[in-house]
Amino acid sequence: MATSTPTRDAYAPPPPKKPASARRQTWRSRLWRFDDKASPYAYIAPFFLVFGAFGLYPLIYTGWIALHRVEMTGLDQMEWVGWDNFDRILHDSEFWTAVSNTFLIGVMSTVPQLLVALGLAHLLNYKLRASTFWRTVILTPYATSVASAALVFALVFRADGGLLNWALEFVGLGDTNWANGHWTSKIAISVIVIWRWTGYNTLIYLAAMQAVPSDLYEAASLDGASRWQQFLKVTIPSLRPTILFTIVISTIGSMQLFGEPLLLEGGTLGAIGGNENQYETLSIYLYNYGWNLGHLGPAAAVAWAMLALLLIIAAVNWLIGRFVRKSAV
Amino acid sequence: MTITSPTKVPASVLPARTAHRAPKRASRFKPGAGQQLKGGPFAYIALTVVGIGSLLPLYWTLVAASHTQDEVLASTPPFLPGDRLFHNLDAAWNQAHLGKAILNSFIVSSCITLATLFFCTLAGYAFAKMRFRGRGALMTGVIATLTIPPQLSVVPLFMMMSDLGWSGSLESVIFPTLVSAFGVFFMRQYLTEALPYELIEAAKIDGASNFRIVRSVVLPVARPAMMVLGMLTFVQAWNDFFWPYLALNQENPTLQVALGQLKASYTPDESIVMAGGLISTLPLLVVFVVFGKQIVGGIMSGAVKG
Repeated sequence: MATSTPTRDAYAPPPPKKPASARRQTWRSRLWRFDDKASPYAYIAPFFLVFGAFGLYPLIYTGWIALHRVEMTGLDQMEWVGWDNFDRILHDSEFWTAVSNTFLIGVMSTVPQLLVALGLAHLLNYKLRASTFWRTVILTPYATSVASAALVFALVFRADGGLLNWALEFVGLGDTNWANGHWTSKIAISVIVIWRWTGYNTLIYLAAMQAVPSDLYEAASLDGASRWQQFLKVTIPSLRPTILFTIVISTIGSMQLFGEPLLLEGGTLGAIGGNENQYETLSIYLYNYGWNLGHLGPAAAVAWAMLALLLIIAAVNWLIGRFVRKSAV
Repeated sequence: MTITSPTKVPASVLPARTAHRAPKRASRFKPGAGQQLKGGPFAYIALTVVGIGSLLPLYWTLVAASHTQDEVLASTPPFLPGDRLFHNLDAAWNQAHLGKAILNSFIVSSCITLATLFFCTLAGYAFAKMRFRGRGALMTGVIATLTIPPQLSVVPLFMMMSDLGWSGSLESVIFPTLVSAFGVFFMRQYLTEALPYELIEAAKIDGASNFRIVRSVVLPVARPAMMVLGMLTFVQAWNDFFWPYLALNQENPTLQVALGQLKASYTPDESIVMAGGLISTLPLLVVFVVFGKQIVGGIMSGAVKG
């Protein structure tokens, strides 16, 4: 910013009575060139400065803290402990429970969510009355915060007096203690995620579908392809990059699940992910270590373990993407 | 799969339909034409079912917030809103510093939105229309930051905030979110298409400095996209939970943090918790009803890569 403000003043047209001297001209053109060269950097600088200070620097610093003993009670005292923190979490069975929970909930929420979103986008791609209305309705859960969504679903999934158990009673399936079971608690959390994000992904797919050239469909229908075949052979392949994009975004999102498990039961159970850690995610594990127990060193080690997992997932995604591209040729 | 049914359109309709396809409504956010067949009754039924599923939890929030806890958890729960809404709102207001929390949420979300709009428009313009060394690599860097979850940096961030003396204060939530990679990407996408080079050239020939061009050429063109980005940013900042929950305390919470604490700290009265949920959701629902079309268009245009 600072660089462009003075230049702007320098361009103020000179008072009309004074003819511009030659010396002034070169000064102006030099300023002009400086403005042209520096402005783009000045415009993008705030992003990189803020990201550097509050994103990149902490990200790297996390690795340094992970090698130290830091307690919540004395944040300025750091004691070198080497790989102890990593040792500690890698030998903690609760950590591996959290890893597998995060993975399972990730799959259980992402796969149905994206399939439903694909189907919904296909429906919305038809010419419909009040199409904007439908799109807005389906997107509404996106306007709800994690906290309010988790709280209302906590009520729906409650063991006693929960709305879902009341409804299941009619078919004789009542009395499920959703938060207590290993699979049922993961289902409950996945439902919250699916509810909040399906509409968002639907719109992303819809946008991509509308960009598919209509001649592709015309050609396919001339060749006698049914609408279902067109969906499989024209729509899906055209959407492949978008589908990969949503898979990546949803995977990263599911790595971050925090509010949903924290508030499903609330209280102390929420902070440890259930009485048997049955729905404890990595974020909850990190929170519990750092903010409940007050050991920031292991918490930082968890953060780096998450980074490693993300890199593994990215590599797998990349391999799958390559495989899909190859098999499509 | 449920998707197959609407495909039973008589084949004879196909060419005719494409022939007199109505021109798309003129909206900047709609990408090119796609397949435009009329939806059958099945599409409406399916969308109605999904729509009810989308809205039901919100309705249930209202119902639960307007009864006593005993009524909500009774063996036959109520289906219509009751008359205890104001009593519960009042109780939630007093129990969880909600008044302060609302004010805090407004301050945080407004600051973040304004800053994001300003910085992201500038950066988006630079990436869209200016030539400079390292442009491609830097833009790749911006997009790469989209994939870094906040979890990875909260521990040092918390320590930094303590060093800066911002522990528990709103600065600790505002500053890390002043810019957004999505915002830069979004504005770049929009300006690449919406801002013709001729306009910039003309302004340059008239002797305008770069910042002058931003003010009098770029900003007017960018206004619709800035509206959308502003709403998306506001929604996101308002709903943010993870970092505010770690950074703020009970005395100075945002609305979401207060909600979380309402549920987490003591044995909660579910009706009062739901009243809090209603307070937190209502402002955004109003925004959504009023600006739904723009928000929908914004998400759709942000998603198309090019």
